[in-house]
Amino acid sequence: MKRNVVKVIKPKLIVGSPRRQFLKLSGMAVIGSGLLYACSKDDAVRMPDSENPTPNPDTDGDPVFDLGEGDLGVLNYAYALEQLEADFYTKVVNSFYVNISDEEMSVLMDLYNHEVNHREFFKAAITAAVAGDTDLILPTLEFDYGDLDFTNRDQILGVAKTLEDTGVAAYNGAGRLLMNPDYLLLAGKIVSVEARHAAAIRTLINPGSADFAGDDVVTTDTGLDQALDPSVILNAVSGLGYIQTPFTANFLP
Amino acid sequence: MNIIQFLDAFTTDNFLANKSSRRQAFSTMGSLGKKAAMAVVPLGLALKPKAAYAAAMQNDPVGALQFALTLEYLEDEFYRTGLDCDIIPEGRAETVYMQISKHEKAHVDFLISGLEGAGVEPVTKPEFDFTAGGLFDPFNLGGIGKDIAYAQFLALSQAFEDTGVRAYKGQATNLMGSDFLTPALQIHSVEARHASEVRRLRGLKGWITLNERGEGIPEQAQGVYNGEENVTQGGVDVTTLGDGSPFGEAASTEAYDEPLAKEDVLAIAALFIKA
Repeated sequence: MKRNVVKVIKPKLIVGSPRRQFLKLSGMAVIGSGLLYACSKDDAVRMPDSENPTPNPDTDGDPVFDLGEGDLGVLNYAYALEQLEADFYTKVVNSFYVNISDEEMSVLMDLYNHEVNHREFFKAAITAAVAGDTDLILPTLEFDYGDLDFTNRDQILGVAKTLEDTGVAAYNGAGRLLMNPDYLLLAGKIVSVEARHAAAIRTLINPGSADFAGDDVVTTDTGLDQALDPSVILNAVSGLGYIQTPFTANFLP
Repeated sequence: MNIIQFLDAFTTDNFLANKSSRRQAFSTMGSLGKKAAMAVVPLGLALKPKAAYAAAMQNDPVGALQFALTLEYLEDEFYRTGLDCDIIPEGRAETVYMQISKHEKAHVDFLISGLEGAGVEPVTKPEFDFTAGGLFDPFNLGGIGKDIAYAQFLALSQAFEDTGVRAYKGQATNLMGSDFLTPALQIHSVEARHASEVRRLRGLKGWITLNERGEGIPEQAQGVYNGEENVTQGGVDVTTLGDGSPFGEAASTEAYDEPLAKEDVLAIAALFIKA
């Protein structure tokens, strides 16, 4: 890793009231800082014990990880999304849905390969960037897909489409947050592959259509794809309910 | 405009000599004041480098956008002509190319209004020759036959889209700190969606394996794919990051698209610009 030292301000660990933040997220649409990005069905419906919750009520004493700020925050953010994609496709290829076509199997195998590669790349890149301070690296996240039926083609391709489109919008929105040009270029190398994935999945879902770059994701007047801030993306992703390991993104817009 | 002049336009500081130097363009922006500048910039865009990396990036956003506009002119005219010449089969192909054509037209308009809004005269559209001096007949204008013309149209389309992805990627760092960075990324991913669909329409994977140009792509277009075989990302050989298929050479090259320098892109585009 080229040592372009990222200006890293050690993120504050959130030890105050994760449960209250968590409930904000699950109880109503709150956009801004202080959100906890995870979804656990148990916690989501639990009411606060009091107005002044005890520290770390949900975390067995472990502080909740914050993605951090600046380039580090963006890298951890990308690492979180790539972890989700890689985990999802790993499950998909380990038990393909019934009656899968050769073409679909080939596409999904490739997506699995690419996303696992991306995940390990970010782990390596962040490890290099923090120069040994492993506390700053997003831990391995846990996932639970709840009622998602991995034997159901429509459900699996639907989730794949969501994840790929989300990836595109996330990288497009995060580019401006990066200060190190090397990281911007790397994000650029990955986002176009995510866009290639999104197009392929969309065409598998609706063959012969214009959905590969559909009017639902590309503006018709300016021809621009989506670009969304981390808070918007993380709200949407946590809304899927798949990420079980809580983390915050208090230093990203 | 001959090709030497055309290439010069991108590599000399006299690019905007007929109006003002790029530096002057920026100082004009500055003297207008932020409010005034924003007022004339459509869509809230403005070219204003941030302090960080500004020195290295000085004046580059305009060059990047002019370069992008030239590629969009090429794509826009190519698809419009293809749709007009009745060589694209009805059904999926026509649906796909109407959507792509719509986007390329929108990109041309967007870049022109962005440049004009920033007080910069957009580069004029070159005169294109999609036969590349008689090598191809993608619109069947020379009577090569509809099927061969369409096959050539598809092949050129793939080359243009894959080049477009690499070209925008290569300009991203030149747009750092400019309000055009995000829109450029938003165009970049649209080009990638196009590239994937066109490749799949041709029976290929939507992504690029090693530096393979794919069946039916003429050797003259190999420059579009050279460098895509790279496996070193951020100084790390990504084939060493784990075991199994995700870390094979093929997957490790497919998972990352590579940028292409302006000069290399223009060398490809030059084949289709009339001398």
